[in-house]
Amino acid sequence: MIRRDAILFAGLGVLILALAVWLKVPTTIQLLVTASAYALIALGLNVQWGYAGLFNVGVMGFLMVGGASVVFVSYPLNDAFWSSDGPFMLLKAIIAAIAGGLLIWGVTRIPKTGSLKKVRGFLLVVAWAVAYVVYRSQIDPAAVLIEEKAGFVGGLGLHPLFGWAAGGVMAGIIAYVIGKICLGLRSDYLAIATIGISEIIRALIKNMDWLTRGTLTVSPIPWPTPLPADIAAAGMDDATMSVILARSGFLAVTVILIAVIFFFLQRAYNGPWGRMMRAIRDNHVAAGAIGKNVTKRELEIFVLGAILMGIGGAILATYVQILDPSGYQPINHTFIVWVMIIVGGAGNNWGALFGAVFIYIVWTISEPASLVLFSMISDLSEGAGIGAIPDIESRALQMRVFVLGLVITFALRYAPQGMIPERVRTDD
Amino acid sequence: MSLLEVKDVEGGYGGAPILNGVNMAIDREDIGVIVGPNGAGKSTTLKAIFGLLEVTAGSIVMDGHEVANQLPDKLVPLGLSFVPQEFNVFTEMTVHENLEMGAYIRNDDISDTLDYVYEMFPPLKDKRKQNAGELSGGQRQMVAMGRALMSQPKLLLLDEPSAGLSPRYMMEIFETVVNVNKSGVGILMVEQNARQALEFATKGFVLAGGNNRYTGTGRELLDDPEVAQSFLGG
Amino acid sequence: MNELIFFVNKVLISGATLGSVYALGAVGVTLIFGILRFAHFAHGDMMTLGAFVAFMLVAVFQSLGIQTPLPTGFIVLPFAMAITAGLALGIDRGFYQPLRAKGVKTVTLLIASVGVTLMMQGVIRLFAGTGTRSFFENETKDLYRFKLPIEGVRRSINFSEPQILVIVTTVIAVIALHFFLTRSRLGKGMRAMADNPSLAQVSGINTAAVVRATWIIAGSLAAMAGTLLALDVILKPDLAFNILLPIFAAAVVGGLGHSYGAIAGGFLIGFAETMSVFNWAVLLRPFKAGLPDWLPNDLSIVPSEYKLTVAFVILVLVLLVRPQGIFKGAST
Repeated sequence: MIRRDAILFAGLGVLILALAVWLKVPTTIQLLVTASAYALIALGLNVQWGYAGLFNVGVMGFLMVGGASVVFVSYPLNDAFWSSDGPFMLLKAIIAAIAGGLLIWGVTRIPKTGSLKKVRGFLLVVAWAVAYVVYRSQIDPAAVLIEEKAGFVGGLGLHPLFGWAAGGVMAGIIAYVIGKICLGLRSDYLAIATIGISEIIRALIKNMDWLTRGTLTVSPIPWPTPLPADIAAAGMDDATMSVILARSGFLAVTVILIAVIFFFLQRAYNGPWGRMMRAIRDNHVAAGAIGKNVTKRELEIFVLGAILMGIGGAILATYVQILDPSGYQPINHTFIVWVMIIVGGAGNNWGALFGAVFIYIVWTISEPASLVLFSMISDLSEGAGIGAIPDIESRALQMRVFVLGLVITFALRYAPQGMIPERVRTDD
Repeated sequence: MSLLEVKDVEGGYGGAPILNGVNMAIDREDIGVIVGPNGAGKSTTLKAIFGLLEVTAGSIVMDGHEVANQLPDKLVPLGLSFVPQEFNVFTEMTVHENLEMGAYIRNDDISDTLDYVYEMFPPLKDKRKQNAGELSGGQRQMVAMGRALMSQPKLLLLDEPSAGLSPRYMMEIFETVVNVNKSGVGILMVEQNARQALEFATKGFVLAGGNNRYTGTGRELLDDPEVAQSFLGG
Repeated sequence: MNELIFFVNKVLISGATLGSVYALGAVGVTLIFGILRFAHFAHGDMMTLGAFVAFMLVAVFQSLGIQTPLPTGFIVLPFAMAITAGLALGIDRGFYQPLRAKGVKTVTLLIASVGVTLMMQGVIRLFAGTGTRSFFENETKDLYRFKLPIEGVRRSINFSEPQILVIVTTVIAVIALHFFLTRSRLGKGMRAMADNPSLAQVSGINTAAVVRATWIIAGSLAAMAGTLLALDVILKPDLAFNILLPIFAAAVVGGLGHSYGAIAGGFLIGFAETMSVFNWAVLLRPFKAGLPDWLPNDLSIVPSEYKLTVAFVILVLVLLVRPQGIFKGAST
């Protein structure tokens, strides 16, 4: 690392210490936990964009998948569901889905040449339609029954770490499908497709009440580490101290996770695999010409990035202990991550890490700060006889969105490399 | 003072310079032909004249105006027109519209020039409502040259007009070049088929390593044993 | 017969209205893509911005006491279009042009447009708040009913005033655009630049002027689409975000860069959406006696909460089968 980077990280440390004094320690740890989740997400996006130049504007979707996965895997068992007909009907729906999938698969096996090639496309459409109708005919009554008898399916009651892993896996599967379709086309198509899938995931999680309780929200999601209440029950008398201990425990888990992932990402980046990825990013055609399977490599990296995002999303939901689909907004969950890596330095993991923590802190304290600023302007305008600004809280919040956009456009123009730019080692 | 004067021009695409002092002078009566081995800077010279790459030293004077590093929309009104080697037609526009685009900078009546171009390239007249992308390679080359003539240029720059064409089409294109020249348009062209092109060239330039090696009339270059041996394949 | 009229109202008229709005938006996206080679993510917000400009102009008109026979929101449309076109030019000058001058990759412009979309969202909400508004707070929304002279028909074919305005205005705009692109010099220059930018430059076409014309057209069509949509439905700040996906899907279906394709794609997506959420069981009602019991009452293809999925599925299908667009080759 170069001296400038060390100074930047030291500055970040000082900022965190100042926050600890200003906002008190428990709030600061809370901020750091969330920032660490975002750091993981930013690393995921950095892998996709910084390593391979894949433009993903559907980060929010992957975070929601992670959140929903941790609910399904780690929320306690719902006895009302398991004692109803629900599991049986769901099983039927799953069998219907598999049967439909097999039907579609079977049709795709029809060779593209030969006597059946003309009807192949038509049969494929029919197969999809049949599969869809069969699946809907099973899932719809199952959904109605589950919502009536049990509310929702509940979870599997496993340890949250399994939930996080499941979040990564699910996000990876979705990324695989999207990548399979869009990679190899212009990056604009990937951008459109990812923004689409993230909106659809939001619609699904919001409306599939039988699985996620939708807008009714699910809580509390268990923590991987003891909750403040557990620590208090174990004999800690000081309430603040038990909060600090519990949050620190959670933070320790996320920090270790990031450290491990970061270590492997750095090694991969500086190794032959990283060189190949940079070659592909910087010159598709040439990389293809020397025999690299460009699209396949890009698919790998797209899935890898999505896995990190899924885990990060699972951590976010776990920490706040609630899955609230209405709480997910593209601004807070997609575009802020973009700002993190653009400002931090795309292509450099240290940059992504720095950007994530720094931008998250700025974003969080900008809420009170913009309110203060707007109150001052409001006082001024009132003093000048124009009158106070109405709805001052919501307007102040919107100003942050504006600033976020401004930061992106200005960073692209004046500091496209970011604060900790990509450095390619050439002397090894 | 010639119509176009290129003096000691150096330039390139930002890296190492490709042109290291190119000199040329062309008049309206001339057919100038640039020949030379691959990588000699032949096409680069045309692009430098037409403002498509950075000229770092030297001067390019067109009709009394210094035009080095000027963008094409300033050069076309001065009477300069350029036919690129590849991608030189608007494939999704009709032949007629392609010609209209060549006259984009003009505000006067273009019907006389259209007649002149259709006369020069008779096959285009029947195809004027067809998209240029549907035409054969030779016909596309005609569209490309027709488009360039629509701005009523004093000097036409042609980048390998016979590239990829059959010998029959090549001769046809060369005949057209001579006809265009007779109608009062100076020509400066890069050509791989050096022998055939030098036959009708009033001025020939042999380029190598980014500067002039030999300059003379086409006939002089053809007769120069050294040129013949080193650059025209013996 | 009543059921069929219900179908006409719910699917054909709504689909044509929605399709018109999508077409106007998609044309803007596709023109910008053709000339500047990037997917303009801020287009949805440009539509919202146009609608809010129109809304403010309506407030001005009404405060001046100007009464109009048509909805005021429609009367102010030309002014709103002009203002939005000016804003679009300003945005290009301020945020995209400096990047182009640096010779960045087009994907950087794509990211910049994401930044611009955030800024526009922020500004719109800063001034207009987050609530919903209606253009018809002080005016009535007329409804036209056409009774069919057939025995036993109780339902009428219903057009709302905004729906008629949307469809008619779109048809006029599309015809005007067609003449602009095929008859005017600047329009042909735009097509030339979309076709082959370097040859357009070599031909002496003033590319900067073409870029300006593109933003003026895209901006004014966006204002038109946004205002008409807000007249038909409601004006809200996140109007844009929900419409971005269908618009891009329409542009991709038509082949990015192809204006006529984008128009066709817009209507295709519009009808596909209304047909997918339509409850087809309604059409079977007259034959209820002869139908088996197990047939559910709701036969819509997708529940209306998942309307967004329709555009997405079409988009994915096109990307899988013909990423160059399904109309490529049929039109310019």
